[in-house]
Amino acid sequence: MNIIPGFFYSKNDEWVEVKGTKATVGITDFAQNSLSDIVFVEISVSEGDHVEASDLIGTVESVKAASDVYTPVAGVVVAANESVIDNPELINADPFGKAWLIQVENEDGIDTSGLMNAEEYKTYCEGRG
Amino acid sequence: MMMNREQKTIFELSSEGRNGFRFPKSDVKAAELPNDLMRETLPLPELSEMDVVRHYTRLSALNYSVDTGFYPLGSCTMKYNPKICEKAARFSGFSQLHPLQPVETVQGALLILYEMQEILQEISGFHAASLTPAAGAHGEFSGVKMIAAYHNQRDNSRRKVMLIPDSAHGTNPASSVMCGFRVQPVNTNERGNIDLKSLAAYCNDELAGIMITNPNTLGLFDENLIEAIDMVHQAGGLVYGDGANMNALLGIAKPAELGFDVMHFNLHKTFATPHGGGGPGAGAVCCTERLRDFLPGPIAAVIEPATDELPPLYGWKMPEKSIGQVGSFWGHFDVIVKAYTYCLMLGRDGLKRVAEFATLNANYLMSALKDVYPLPYDRICMHEFVLDVKWPDAPDVRALDVAKRLMDYDFHPPTNYFPLIVHEALMIEPTETESKQTLDLFIEAMRSIAKEAHEQPELLHDAPVNTPFGRMDEVKAAKDLKITE
Repeated sequence: MNIIPGFFYSKNDEWVEVKGTKATVGITDFAQNSLSDIVFVEISVSEGDHVEASDLIGTVESVKAASDVYTPVAGVVVAANESVIDNPELINADPFGKAWLIQVENEDGIDTSGLMNAEEYKTYCEGRG
Repeated sequence: MMMNREQKTIFELSSEGRNGFRFPKSDVKAAELPNDLMRETLPLPELSEMDVVRHYTRLSALNYSVDTGFYPLGSCTMKYNPKICEKAARFSGFSQLHPLQPVETVQGALLILYEMQEILQEISGFHAASLTPAAGAHGEFSGVKMIAAYHNQRDNSRRKVMLIPDSAHGTNPASSVMCGFRVQPVNTNERGNIDLKSLAAYCNDELAGIMITNPNTLGLFDENLIEAIDMVHQAGGLVYGDGANMNALLGIAKPAELGFDVMHFNLHKTFATPHGGGGPGAGAVCCTERLRDFLPGPIAAVIEPATDELPPLYGWKMPEKSIGQVGSFWGHFDVIVKAYTYCLMLGRDGLKRVAEFATLNANYLMSALKDVYPLPYDRICMHEFVLDVKWPDAPDVRALDVAKRLMDYDFHPPTNYFPLIVHEALMIEPTETESKQTLDLFIEAMRSIAKEAHEQPELLHDAPVNTPFGRMDEVKAAKDLKITE
């Protein structure tokens, strides 16, 4: 299982990469692996929407189950990844890279309190088998 | 044998000009059809009667059903459906009725509906019942709608939150949302019970109710049930019971006495009527006194009491503040006749033995498999149990592979990937109707597959190999579904 150092992680298995006042959000390798083959991705927010931490931003559906995806951080949506909607399998292939879901910007800075770092997330995943 | 022979579709078998009938020569003048209703071609298959009979008989022989083999599909209660129930439903006195006949001419049918309501009330401890919902999820929708109507009547429009444990059937949140509620998941604790701390956080004046399946979808009797129900009641919420797993409780515990306010029963699971392609369901709803006026209708009732000379006259009644009629006419009458026959055939003691043997069979299987398959909640189970197919020493083998391989051993696979809180779930429900010999054969197959998983995992990845078609491409089926030419 892959975990990227320097990213932040939620209990719901989303990742956040922070660069300045911008954050990129996606779902983790652990999440894609337990969902198995992803067949459908919906992003329910669009550019300009304001999102609070824990707001619903979309749905990921695999041959096993459908899962809601929440943003772990607050801000204004500045980009949504169109290519992952057209190619849901990107999430299986490259969950931390090409398969990012949205980017948000927050001029007050990205609040990552309450999220886990890579080390803590690794322990959290191991605890779940 | 049909094995490994690809079945052509009826269209591929077509041969131009061949047919199975001849029209007699018309003795009236042909009528002209308007041109805009005419078409150039009508690509229907052309076959002889024998071609058609062989084609469909072959296909039907490929079917796997409870009548052909063991079907341990967790949560679905695929018990054997006694043929006497079919026979009863086919009596012409039932099958030839029209739903709009005057009640005086269908007193026998109404008596059966009335008595079925009474039977369900006796089994569940509830005060009233409606037989009209057409299936389990439809029963849920009706029951949750009753909860909404109850709060509305009391001007409690703030109560908009429906709590649903994270192990619940997917239909629970869907029914709640359809009734205008906001769904809040409640966590399951490490013993597989409702997490009371998680529950406490939502017990406030926005709470409309909770939907509980007991035994839950892990096949466990919730040890926190009474406390959870109390907490919800004290916060002013109502408790919905999903009766999908009632098979484990028949004659043992009455849901109304456990504190449930309203509950549906899957007549097609618990009371042995065919389902899952074998026939429609029936999702009767039962409730306590304070909700009875909201039941969907109409309900079979005595409309003129018995006199010294005459028996009572049965007819229809609509509950006073009913949420309305949830289907056309009177529910799935023939399904109710089958369930009624089943109840009379078994009687009070027989129904109790159903629950006892369903539980015994599940525990027998679980005990015989748990040393080779990981068991995430290691407790005495009720009528079903959930394995988690994750072997550290066979990391590439998943629940799906085991399920597919079972088909090669001529067993129907168990439910897989449900409940969602067990990631590689195999949910096994043997039901009470299976003999020890059948259970032993299944155990042998499962143990042999566990061995293969460690020694020859490729056998599982390629499975099934003994079926007319091998492993289907589920990703392609979901993403690239093609239903027309």
